[in-house]
Amino acid sequence: MSVYDIIFYIFAVITIVSAGVVVFSKNIVYSAFSLLFTFSGVAGIYVLLGADFIAITQLLIYVGGILILVIFGVMLTTNATDVEVNTQSLKALPATIVVAVIAALLVSVMISTKWKQSEAPTPETTVSEIGVLLLSKYLLPFEIASVVLLVAIMGAVFLARKN
Amino acid sequence: MEYVHVGLTHFLVISSLLFGLGLFAVVARKNAIMILMGIELILNSTNINFIAFSKYGLLGTDGQVIAIFVIILAAAEAVIALAIILNIFNNFKTVNADEIDSLKD
Repeated sequence: MSVYDIIFYIFAVITIVSAGVVVFSKNIVYSAFSLLFTFSGVAGIYVLLGADFIAITQLLIYVGGILILVIFGVMLTTNATDVEVNTQSLKALPATIVVAVIAALLVSVMISTKWKQSEAPTPETTVSEIGVLLLSKYLLPFEIASVVLLVAIMGAVFLARKN
Repeated sequence: MEYVHVGLTHFLVISSLLFGLGLFAVVARKNAIMILMGIELILNSTNINFIAFSKYGLLGTDGQVIAIFVIILAAAEAVIALAIILNIFNNFKTVNADEIDSLKD
């Protein structure tokens, strides 16, 4: 068992356990803060996969942006006066059964399939390659993504403003 | 002992478990913000898949570019969803998805 394996298992346990806390915690504030550890664990998994740029992007956008937004949403939609942060589940038993069946099916497929694997070595750094791809092969999706972000910002401002 | 050595399958199993947890949050939880967190978990699990195949499979660096687009769309989606949830809270004084049913009446 190499150091790589041990670090992988540490990050895997952090990710899955904190995701479990996110999903099953009764207190939504605990869920929102546990999401921090899930996103960080996923970023660690990206580093183990040799995707340095994606890992940094994950930390910047998910932990620095989306998580802050979610915590703002939690704070703005729970009444601070009557502490009503508890959230219940709806029809928990059938949902648990269906989701467990789907997850077990997925895991068994992932394990039993003989995936086609390439033996090419992983590159040292991927930043320059991603930059070249974004401005050549993926130029049109890149521009469309910028328009999508602009529309999202304007839509959010329009939706959230006071009349 | 070959299962101890980390390979492509390990990453795929992790992403499947993350997908299952996110799906449970989307299906079973009442609070709209919990549903949003479940969607974020699902998007993260797909990203793990893309990057795992980018390293071990035949996807190459294309997988990482696709992962960037997924992150961009997740950010846009979170912004819009939270604006909608805030509006719902202003109108209904609740964010529980099962109590917002005025279209049924």
